[in-house]
Amino acid sequence: MDKKIEVNKFDFYYGDFQALIDLNFPIIKNQITALIGPSGCGKSTFLRAINRMNDTISIARADGEILLDGKNVYDQDVDVSELRQRVGMVFQRPNPFPQSVFDNVAYGPRVLGTATKHELPDVVEKSLRGAALWDEVKDKLKSSALDLNPGQQQRMCIARAIAVQPEVILMDEPCSALDPIATLHVEDLMRELSKDYTIVIVTHSMQQAARASDWTGFFWLGKLVEFGGTHELFTNPKQELTEAYITGRQG
Amino acid sequence: MNRQQTQTVAKVVITAVAAIVVIPIIYVVFYTVARGIQAISWDFLTQFPTNGMTEGGIFPAIVGTILLTFGTAIAAIPLGISAAIYLAEYATENRLTRAIRLAIVNLAGIPSIVYGLFGLGVFVLFLNMGTSIIAGALTLGLMTLPIVISTSEEAINTVPQEFRVVSYSVGATRWQTVRYQILPQATPGIITGVILGLGRAAGETAPILFTAAAFYVPQLPQSMFDQTMALPYHLYVISTQVPGMPLDIQFATALVLLTFVLSMIVVATIFRTIMRRRREW
Repeated sequence: MDKKIEVNKFDFYYGDFQALIDLNFPIIKNQITALIGPSGCGKSTFLRAINRMNDTISIARADGEILLDGKNVYDQDVDVSELRQRVGMVFQRPNPFPQSVFDNVAYGPRVLGTATKHELPDVVEKSLRGAALWDEVKDKLKSSALDLNPGQQQRMCIARAIAVQPEVILMDEPCSALDPIATLHVEDLMRELSKDYTIVIVTHSMQQAARASDWTGFFWLGKLVEFGGTHELFTNPKQELTEAYITGRQG
Repeated sequence: MNRQQTQTVAKVVITAVAAIVVIPIIYVVFYTVARGIQAISWDFLTQFPTNGMTEGGIFPAIVGTILLTFGTAIAAIPLGISAAIYLAEYATENRLTRAIRLAIVNLAGIPSIVYGLFGLGVFVLFLNMGTSIIAGALTLGLMTLPIVISTSEEAINTVPQEFRVVSYSVGATRWQTVRYQILPQATPGIITGVILGLGRAAGETAPILFTAAAFYVPQLPQSMFDQTMALPYHLYVISTQVPGMPLDIQFATALVLLTFVLSMIVVATIFRTIMRRRREW
C-alpha cells in the first residue's frame, strides 16, 4: 500500500491557539480515509491544511510536514495553485456557481487552460460520468446548476473538482446538507472514485465513516487520538476515548 | 390613541413626507418638458446656433457633451475598476488602505468647481493641454473616479466569498479568480455605478468651465485638443450672458440635457433590474 500523503509532526496555529497538535499518520493511495471527531476538534482545519486553503487566514501558521508524494506542501517553492489542482476539494454545502452545469464543470479546465475549447465537452462529460451524474443532466447542460436538487448539485461539485484531474479529493462533510438517499448516492460514488483518486473525508456521521471508509482517524481537541483500519477502529478501539466517542458516551 | 390609530397616523405622515420630496422633482421635469417641448425640432437638434445664439440649434453642444462623456468614460472606467479590484481583492486591511478609502470618500465630497480649478491648474496649464476636450474629460474623469471606485468595490464585495473559495480550490490563482469569476458576477453592479457616475459628469458645468468649454465654436471639434461647446455650459451661457434670449430655447436646451442625463439613469436602472432578476444566489 502506497502512502499518498504522510503527516509528520504537524502542528497548526490560529494566532496563539494551537488547533492541531503533533499529528503523525499516513493517507493511503486510492483508499478512503475518514476523519471523525466532535465539532471544533480540528478535523476540518487539518483537511484545509492539506491543500493550504487556510493560507488566506492571516493569523494561521503551520509547523511540521504534510508530504504529498514525499514533498512537503509547505515548502517555500511549492506553487499553491498547482497544489490545489492536485488536491481538489468538495465542500459542506453544495456551492455551484450561478452558471450553467456545463460552465460549472468546465470552470477549472477553462481557467487553468488544461483543456482546449474542443476538448471541453469531452472533459465535462467524463467528469459528470465520473460523478455519476451524466445520465441525469446530459439534456440540461445549458440550464442553470441552481435548478438541480441538492444531491445533484453536490455531485456536480464533485464533477467540477475532478474536471482538473486531481490526485487527491478532500471532502468536508459532503453529505451534511443532503437527505439519506442523496447521501447514499455520494457514498457509492466515493467508493467508485477511490479507484482513481485518494479520498479524505471529514464526517460527523460515524455510520458514514464505518460504511464508506477504509481508514479512520479520530480527532479530539486537536490531537489524533487513534488511527487505524476502519473495521478495526470501530470494532476494537484501542483507546478508551475512542470507544466512548463511537459508542456515544462521549462527544 | 390606540396602536391602530398610531399606525394609521404614522402611515399618513410618512406618505405625505415622501410626496413632498417627490412632487418638486416631478414638477421640475414636467415644467421643463412643458416649456421646452415647443422649441424642440429636428433643426434645433441638428443645426448650429445662429444670430447670437438666439436662433438655430444646439448641435455642437450635444456633440460636445457626448464627446466629453465618452472621454470621461475612457479616463475613469479602467482606472476606477482597477482601483476597486485592488481595494476589494488584493489590499489587506491596514493604515494605508484605510487612508485610501478615506481619500476616496472625501474626493466624492469635493465641490465640482474645485475639480474645475484643479483641472485648469494641472491639465490646462501645467501639462499644457490648453482648454480642450481632453483636459475637460480628464477633469470630469477625476470627479467621477470616486463614484466608480466605491460602486465597483461594493459590487465586487457582494459576490459571495464561497465562490472565491471554490475557485481557489480548483487551482485558480487570485487573478484568474478575479478575471473569470468575480468580475463577470460583479459586472452588472459595476456598469450601473459607471453609468450613474457618467450621468452626473455629463450634467456638470463647473469642471468644464475653465478646462474645455467654449462660448461658441463655429465648427465641430476636429481633435481632442480642441475646445468644445457643451450642453450644461451652453445652458449656463444662454441663461445668464445673452440678453433677449428666448425662454423657450433655454428650456428646450434644459430639456435636451435632462433627457440625456435621465436616459442614462433609466438605462442603468433597467439594466440593474434585469441583471438582479437573472442573479440567483
